Amino acid sequence: MTQQFLLYPLLWQLFLSIVLMFAWRHIQIQKIISIVGSAIGVGLSVALFYEVWQNGTLVVQAASWKAPFGISFVGDMLAATLVLLTSIAGLAVSSYSAASLIPARLRFGYFSIFHFLILGLTGAFLTGDIFNLYVWFEIIIISSFVLITLGGEKAQIEGAVKYFTLNFLASIIFLTAIAVLYGLAGSLNMADLAILIPQIENRGLVEVAAILFLVAFGIKSAVFPLYFWLPASYHTPPSAIAAIFGGLLTKVGVYALIRFFSLMFVEDVLLDQILMVIAILTLISGGLGAMVQTNVRKVFSYLIICHIGFMIAGLGMFTELAIAGAVFYLIHDIVVKTNLFMISGLIYRIKGSNRFKELGGIYKEYPKLSLMMIIPMFSLIGIPPLSGFWPKVSLIIASFDTQSYFILAAVIFASFITLVVVAKLWAEVFWKEPDKFPKKNHFLYFKKMTLARKLQMILPIMMLTGVSLYLGFGAENIQQLSMRITSELMNTDFYINAVLPNN
Amino acid sequence: MEFLLAIMTGVLYAAGLYMMLRRSLVKLIIGLIIIGNGANLLIFLLGRITKGAPPIIPGDTKFFADIYADPVPQALILTAIVISFGLQSFAIILVKRAYQVVKTDDLDEMNTIEEEV
Repeated sequence: MTQQFLLYPLLWQLFLSIVLMFAWRHIQIQKIISIVGSAIGVGLSVALFYEVWQNGTLVVQAASWKAPFGISFVGDMLAATLVLLTSIAGLAVSSYSAASLIPARLRFGYFSIFHFLILGLTGAFLTGDIFNLYVWFEIIIISSFVLITLGGEKAQIEGAVKYFTLNFLASIIFLTAIAVLYGLAGSLNMADLAILIPQIENRGLVEVAAILFLVAFGIKSAVFPLYFWLPASYHTPPSAIAAIFGGLLTKVGVYALIRFFSLMFVEDVLLDQILMVIAILTLISGGLGAMVQTNVRKVFSYLIICHIGFMIAGLGMFTELAIAGAVFYLIHDIVVKTNLFMISGLIYRIKGSNRFKELGGIYKEYPKLSLMMIIPMFSLIGIPPLSGFWPKVSLIIASFDTQSYFILAAVIFASFITLVVVAKLWAEVFWKEPDKFPKKNHFLYFKKMTLARKLQMILPIMMLTGVSLYLGFGAENIQQLSMRITSELMNTDFYINAVLPNN
Repeated sequence: MEFLLAIMTGVLYAAGLYMMLRRSLVKLIIGLIIIGNGANLLIFLLGRITKGAPPIIPGDTKFFADIYADPVPQALILTAIVISFGLQSFAIILVKRAYQVVKTDDLDEMNTIEEEV
């Protein structure tokens, strides 16, 4: 019966989004259902995580169709960890959006769609079938299209057109890759494919399929030549929505890359080299992009791109330590990026703007809040002992081991750029003497909010900051977790035997 | 048949990509629809358009293998069609909305948010 633990986080989110539709007009009820439901969702994910940690990989075959024929759901350590992080980020953003979004945006089923998004993310992490992964990706992007356009302001629509086009194109490329792979191997099950792909004689077409997957997931995760949609769209929706996008949507692409290139397309020298080049260019271009921006959320958007490079670099080097670094960074990045976008929303509430020239003096007004906001920024840079520091140590050691000195240089350069960017941001937003800008008339400033609403905004940030602190100070545990995930990923027999026990 | 379908798929991909590179929003959507159909045809083509490869019957039983074709590609295409139908209807509404709000269908003029650096 414990196998069913795997599906509970998934089914719970589906249940929540359907229930929320029944309370369509009652926003207050929706808020309560969403926050309480997300908290229960965290509980279910913790149960799943604990179960997987204790008893190893859980596998559910949908409708009891045996493995290569039916759809498998596989909860290995990586999937369970990411489901847990998704639900934690979901809880934080659910509470945060209840307080920070204006009722006009909430009126059109915001919470329902939000839980569909979390459902899609959870499903994408848990599935063990490539076509099913495609379907979950579609659920994710359809929900995200609705969320990004909700409200329908000019900037949002302009951003949404770009976001829509590139994501639709990525789906088509993903579908093309599935078609090529199915034509070659005749299977869709990831574990089955892991056995079949090395036996295929037509290596040229396998390479083509791998490159198509790389491009499709590359667009999703915003790596070097394919990232331009991200800074063009992520700063347009309200920051609660940007938080869930920035924290999780690009990471799903990274997850898919890790899964595909550690399970199915392994030991491919060309691919590893391509990944390393992409990583270096992503680190540099994202960092340089962040340097020149003068809008808090655009800065964070470029930092997302820059830091995707760390994970791709780990995947490209493909040693045990490098993958562990990439996985640790993935865990750290989900928490920190979600938090940063919520912080940008808090700044917006305090000052009514996100542009550097209209900001300043927050430290003087809210010293304690500012100190809380500096913690995620420091862990973003990777100041020891905070969470961003430890995965970089693994990555740097791995780059010495594999003698990839360009990666080493790019990692150090990107960390340094992040430091410069955050220092600039801190000086401009928190320290600078603010210019006198006229107050907006119909804007709910942070000062005028009720205490309950203030708490609803601050508590999620505090919660994620707490998680960040734990990731940093409890780095030993997280490193142990990352090493275990890595050993499961590197030894593909482990995954294959779990899904296809009779093989 | 395979040969014709292969050329057809190539033409659809090429036409779709060409339309997507145009500046008009409507042409962009048409491009997305065409390239989506191309992908569906590709699945159909690569799933082998012959009888005799049903996936669930064991390899040595030849009993049903002569009459049945592999049903999986068809199931995949059906799913993909439904999904792309949903996406396309969303896209058309988005384009209409974009035209109302921005008052243009030229993609090059949809850059007001990029100006402030």
